[in-house]
Amino acid sequence: MTSLLAVLIDGSIYASWLFLVAAGLTVIYGVMRILNMAHGSFYAIGAYSAASLVGWYFNNGIGPAWISYLLLVGAALLAGLIVGVIIERGLLRLMYGRDEILMVIITYALLLILEDTMKIVWGVNPYFAYQPYSELGRTSLGLLKVSNYDLSLVGVSAVIGLVLWGLLERTNTGKVLRAVIHDREIAVAMGVNVRLMFTITFVIGTILGALAGALTAPAISVVPGIGIEVIVLAFAVVVIGGLGSIGGAAVGALLVGLSRAAAVHYAPEFELFVIYGVMSLVLAFRPEGLFGRTLARKI
Amino acid sequence: MKNNKTTFSKYLVSGVAALALTAGLASGASAAENGKFRVGIVTFLSGPAAGPFGVPSANAAKVLVEALNKGELPAPYNKIGINGAEIEAVIIDEAGGATKQVEEYRNLVQRQKVDAVIGYVSSGDCLAVAPVAEELKTFTIAYDCGTSRLFVENSDAQYMFRTGLDASVDNIGAVRYLAATRPDVARLSGIQQNYSWGQDSWADFTAAAAKLLPESEVVEEQFPKIYQGQYGAEISALSVKRPEIVHSSFWGGDMEALVLQANARGLLEDATGLLTCGEASLATYKDQAPNGMIIGARGPFGAFAPENDLNTWFKGAYNAAYDLDPVYPATKMAQAILGLKFAAENAGVADKAIPTADQLAAGLKGASFPSVSGTVEMARGNGHQAMQGIAYGEYHYEDGKASIVNSVAFSGECVTPPEGVSAADWIAQGFPGAQCN
Repeated sequence: MTSLLAVLIDGSIYASWLFLVAAGLTVIYGVMRILNMAHGSFYAIGAYSAASLVGWYFNNGIGPAWISYLLLVGAALLAGLIVGVIIERGLLRLMYGRDEILMVIITYALLLILEDTMKIVWGVNPYFAYQPYSELGRTSLGLLKVSNYDLSLVGVSAVIGLVLWGLLERTNTGKVLRAVIHDREIAVAMGVNVRLMFTITFVIGTILGALAGALTAPAISVVPGIGIEVIVLAFAVVVIGGLGSIGGAAVGALLVGLSRAAAVHYAPEFELFVIYGVMSLVLAFRPEGLFGRTLARKI
Repeated sequence: MKNNKTTFSKYLVSGVAALALTAGLASGASAAENGKFRVGIVTFLSGPAAGPFGVPSANAAKVLVEALNKGELPAPYNKIGINGAEIEAVIIDEAGGATKQVEEYRNLVQRQKVDAVIGYVSSGDCLAVAPVAEELKTFTIAYDCGTSRLFVENSDAQYMFRTGLDASVDNIGAVRYLAATRPDVARLSGIQQNYSWGQDSWADFTAAAAKLLPESEVVEEQFPKIYQGQYGAEISALSVKRPEIVHSSFWGGDMEALVLQANARGLLEDATGLLTCGEASLATYKDQAPNGMIIGARGPFGAFAPENDLNTWFKGAYNAAYDLDPVYPATKMAQAILGLKFAAENAGVADKAIPTADQLAAGLKGASFPSVSGTVEMARGNGHQAMQGIAYGEYHYEDGKASIVNSVAFSGECVTPPEGVSAADWIAQGFPGAQCN
């Protein structure tokens, strides 16, 4: 019984983290049709920015601990905004209209550049921002003790998911974005400033990636390479859910999170396999993913 | 040790990060032409292993080379450079995987004309480079990799040496520490990175525990992916089994994240953590690791290095250069460089002459040399493998300062299989011939 409870809790926490990581990736693909390999770098930049800022805040004993949570979010917003605008305006804008495969290669090159840039800026030694993680304490459920910070991530993830859904479904900007997703050429013909929409979308995606990194930073040692590791998981989640679907990313994250937690508790030897096993199973029956749309090819 | 995995990062950084960090940058001239002793230093300068292992090692190499060239080391290493010849160090990145490292090794020997090579954290890299060292007849010291296969697969090695310890020593020593300090421990668990390093470490630990702690049982074992970073489910799975000991051979960021998360969730309060590589992060745990957590340094290195003139000098010089105490990878690099110097000056060649690879090999084979970690006996692997003791102790953090308490050291003969016997066989037979203090 304890193990079952642990699977549900661990699975939900891991799923919320996966959703945070995958949301930006799927938003960018949904609107811009760019499979953004550099998304992991945005995650890492968010983690480094947050760890640097929070570390500085606590090392200098500047104020109360609750401010550090604002700093985490603030660091992610600022880093995501700056990096997003620079990359979209300075690089991607010159590449729009190219083949999707070419965009994969371009964003992969971007990932390489950003990884080395991070090493120049932050070096190779680990950064820590553990205070926000330990300050919230833990909740005991029998033998199981759960970090309150981890539990709060479930709520944060749900809020971000709802905000994204509301933005796309309940606002005029969202309607315009959906029009761009549905048919870019018709949207242009109807007077939509697609380039502006692309900038907004890319910056939102970058901020989401940075936010995922910033919220993860307190629980980990921020070291070179952390962005590389998450990108594969993020791709698995969005492929399961259907590329470009926010709801799909949420369901994909939940499927992967719960499956992995179950494997860890009941069959640890399958832990590595289970994520890609779920992905293979979904793709075998729905190649476009659970919530992906089958698109007619334009000739 | 450890990571033989080729990741995106390794590919990307290896392309741009073949750095030559110190003097002697790739002139291509042979060492004999300029009268200097050129040594290739290979360690991780990029990727996840750079921070915990590569950078401290490269820093140690720079400190040693600079001081040796000035003749600043205590006796018997106070002769300038190596045998009187100035040292040129060519430091390159180990990232990129074994195939790339073989190319880099050939480049070091054939184009950069190094007289010797010191390097390799990854066991995969060590195993790949060893036969090439023999083929190219180049004196090579593996300073950190721990694979037991190095001198099993290269039993007739002439030019390959290792001044660090075999990884089986880590886990035999860990079990001996438990047997000495917690003989009644009954419930063991483990969490290891899911590749050969983690699997081999756990196999050695559980096999040794079956012999030395016969009343104990393994209640849980977890093998998450390397660099996973998030261990929520694994910590839950361990917690619900109520272990007394949580053994881990994690290293680097994975180890630090595990300690942070397991401590915040109370696992390291309910059970005692045992980290075989734990000393490498001694300065970073602060109050996020519980007092009493057992840590090791893969030998008498880092904070476990004994007090002697060499170690006092090394700690002072390293601290002066980097404002940090040297962690175990730094000590191991220093040991390898001292081993090279000893070999050259024990080779019986004229002052300032640069010994050949055969002379260097003869100078180190089966020798005993003083080091920052005490006396190193090249007493295993047909005289090519170092034998030393190992120590474990408990982490203690007080008044903003981390230290190690309740340290217990075990002699080399207590934790090292006899010549010609594999670690697995020695453990299975119940450690015949072990001489423990």
